[in-house]
Amino acid sequence: MNLTLKIWRQKGPKDKGSMVDYKVTEISEHMSFLEMMDVLNEQLINKGEEPVAFDHDCREGICGMCSMFINGEAHGPDRGVTTCQLHMRMFKDGDTITIEPFRAKAFPVIKDLVVDRSSFDRIQHAGGYISVNTSGNTQDANAIPISKHAADEAMDAATCIGCGACVASCKNASAMLFVGAKVSQYALLPQGQVEAVDRVKNMVAQMDLEGFGNCTNTGACEVECPKGISLENIARMNREFLSANVKS
Amino acid sequence: MSVLDSKVPKGPLKTKWTDYKNHIDLVNPANKRNIDVIVVGTGLAGGSAAATLAELGYNVKTFCYQDSPRRAHSIAAQGGINAAKNYQGDGDSTYRLFYDTVKGGDYRSREANVYRLAEVSANIIDQCVAQGVPFARDYGGLLDNRSFGGVLVSRTFYAKGQTGQQLLLGAYSAMNRQIARGKITPFNRHEMLDVVKVNGKARGIIARDLVTGEIERHSAHAVVIASGGYGNVYFLSTNAMGSNATAAWKIHKKGAFFANPCYTQIHPTCIPRSGDYQSKLTLMSESLRNDGRIWVPKNIDDVMAIREGKKKPTDLSEDERDYYLERRYPAFGNLVPRDVASRAAKERCDAGYGVNATGEAVYLDFASAIERYGKEQAKIHNIENASKEKIYDLGKAIVEAKYGNLFQMYEKIVDQDPYKTPMMIYPAVHYTMGGVWVDYNLMTTVDGLYCIGEANFSDHGANRLGASALMQGLADGYFVLPYTIGDYLSHEIRTGKIATDTPEFDEAEKEVTDKINFFLNNKGSHSVDYYHKKLGKIMWDKCGMSRNAAGLKEAMVEIKELREDFYKNVSVPGTANELNAELEKAGRVADFLELGELFAKDALERAESCGGHFREESVEIGGEQEGEAKRNDADFAFVSAWEYKGEPSAAVLHKEQLEFNEIELKQRSYK
Repeated sequence: MNLTLKIWRQKGPKDKGSMVDYKVTEISEHMSFLEMMDVLNEQLINKGEEPVAFDHDCREGICGMCSMFINGEAHGPDRGVTTCQLHMRMFKDGDTITIEPFRAKAFPVIKDLVVDRSSFDRIQHAGGYISVNTSGNTQDANAIPISKHAADEAMDAATCIGCGACVASCKNASAMLFVGAKVSQYALLPQGQVEAVDRVKNMVAQMDLEGFGNCTNTGACEVECPKGISLENIARMNREFLSANVKS
Repeated sequence: MSVLDSKVPKGPLKTKWTDYKNHIDLVNPANKRNIDVIVVGTGLAGGSAAATLAELGYNVKTFCYQDSPRRAHSIAAQGGINAAKNYQGDGDSTYRLFYDTVKGGDYRSREANVYRLAEVSANIIDQCVAQGVPFARDYGGLLDNRSFGGVLVSRTFYAKGQTGQQLLLGAYSAMNRQIARGKITPFNRHEMLDVVKVNGKARGIIARDLVTGEIERHSAHAVVIASGGYGNVYFLSTNAMGSNATAAWKIHKKGAFFANPCYTQIHPTCIPRSGDYQSKLTLMSESLRNDGRIWVPKNIDDVMAIREGKKKPTDLSEDERDYYLERRYPAFGNLVPRDVASRAAKERCDAGYGVNATGEAVYLDFASAIERYGKEQAKIHNIENASKEKIYDLGKAIVEAKYGNLFQMYEKIVDQDPYKTPMMIYPAVHYTMGGVWVDYNLMTTVDGLYCIGEANFSDHGANRLGASALMQGLADGYFVLPYTIGDYLSHEIRTGKIATDTPEFDEAEKEVTDKINFFLNNKGSHSVDYYHKKLGKIMWDKCGMSRNAAGLKEAMVEIKELREDFYKNVSVPGTANELNAELEKAGRVADFLELGELFAKDALERAESCGGHFREESVEIGGEQEGEAKRNDADFAFVSAWEYKGEPSAAVLHKEQLEFNEIELKQRSYK
């Protein structure tokens, strides 16, 4: 396949960026999207130009590092995948592909397609944990029975990879699917109950402080989430938040 | 050759760790506030260590090259974590986990370390559950287990096919708690480029801020390296793209011995390579072998017909298939350890029975599992005379619940539905069992410099069993290092803050800056990847699944030549004061180009077949074990620990003789 790529190039956080056109040739349909980007970069390096900076690491769909906005969609046109799992068979010979960074006020651009998602970490610091000492003296694991249904639901929420596709896909740049998934995991488990009230209040407060928008139930986040995190998690977070405010 | 002191405590194996903990020196809580510890790497080992040390009261600084600790490659581990809980009542015990691990490691691990690992394994599960890790549960609400290759009990705890992710998020959540308390200061998107030694002790590191390019000095009373493995020396591996050897290699150059570099685990169930553009290989959890049956066609005509697309695997009847693992290893069948399964796949493919275009793939088939589960479900739900379709649907649902995400991942990559047609798999480089040499305290040969998790030479020896890497990472970080490092730090309470404006820091920083400037000014004609791919090919061809003396000698020469060419002709675009991925890669590949040579040297030295590495000159001839790996305990029951002397070829070998008092060294048989 021969393709035209329109890629956002931005030297640094303070520089003004712009779209630049590139051509790539002999792209195999078996390549992943990131391998296609490798081919482009190899080509640029051999010409003495600067390669396109993009985040990527595990290339197995689990680390959540790759963050490309392709043809107007987070991680591109396929459903339920990260960018590393997007394959070139989704495109046709002669296509023009537009590639941009995830855009949100709380995700400032570092360079080209690389964005700063440390706001997600700060939300986690605000309460994304259960306060238990790592002493090795915790009670036997089977002393906390958890119904299979609750464990499975908690697992579904915990599956979030923190890639930020939800934020990038949302017209309000809301982080509520991400935060909802985190709050849900702990809300569904007995271990998380003791500090549930503080947790949801602190995490929501931090989310607002970081400059993420609110949820208006459009549902784009759920559609674009590579891990199928459900909107129910937002509902659950709202319920937890409301009840936390009623309680205290 | 000098003899290394492993500092294994005296006394009976069963009480060594307890006695040790009872007698070490402790640090008064008020003094812990005045002690700084640096942790490099924030995966399972580094993350759990950082959280625990911070909780104890030390001031911890963490470093990782990713944008968040949550992205460390531990996150990609799929299948599970072992623990001797015996919840199943199938005969598991601390001793049995210890025994299986030493045997699975082909008797090349340290007995006392492995026993300690087995001992604390049960605590890991308790700890993780308390932290909210959503392990799989059965319908009674209790923890579920699965079994893994190389063992006969069901001791593996799992969270779907995302166990590593959940355990890492657990450790990361423990870190978050300490970050919120101000006890951990995280330095993300930072890379450690050197260690700083003052009067023989590790006293800090030089790191580069990968966003601004700034070179930073960080001091501490002890430095912990938890930077993972070096599988990327092969270019193609199951490691993350950024996984590198730099931290481990830099400390090696500053005096930490590097042990067993040639011990690499080849994982049998990976998605086969499809072309030259490929950037990495994807692993499919070994847990798939619980239910999948591995086969190739019996007749070479069928192989050809399949390759040409004239036949489908599903066209072949049961007796036209060679279930070679079940045939060769009736006791363990498809659940033989990783090295045995990998080599058996290679043997069939080398004999011409590979089923894809490159001839490097075997089938992993779920058809009989789907049928078996379907019939079982029909019985459970009282469905009489269930149709074939109904049985398939019921069975598929069970397989999907167990391995759904792995099947989805396979389908995305290969574009085939593994529920309907068998998966294709082939071995790939996965986990490195060599690494920095450490004693029982997890301290390297440099005072105050520790190394944990995959970065050390590990407790596992030649070939580890599945589901034990996660166990080792968390055991080291949560339960071992916090004690052993305390004993060392108890002597540091009068040291006071360590200054960074000293000649030692000046010198280390200068070395780092010079190297960066060299790369940027070299203006050669080849990219970094060009060299990395060439190195990978030498490593796979000559230091891969099977090796021989002639090939290893060639590899040493070729790697040295490649390294010289790299320094003449590598091209690194961009500048130092910005995010520059090529510059990052250049430094890492430079280290791989040295490590690769030491790897070949170590493999040449070890003239025995053992675990994951098969030495062609050393094979069982005749008898029940014909064709299997032939270990040589009389000459090679030691850990090889290499001391750096300027050039990898000049490295000096030190031996730690392995002693086995509790276990009889036996031929490893899985038949």
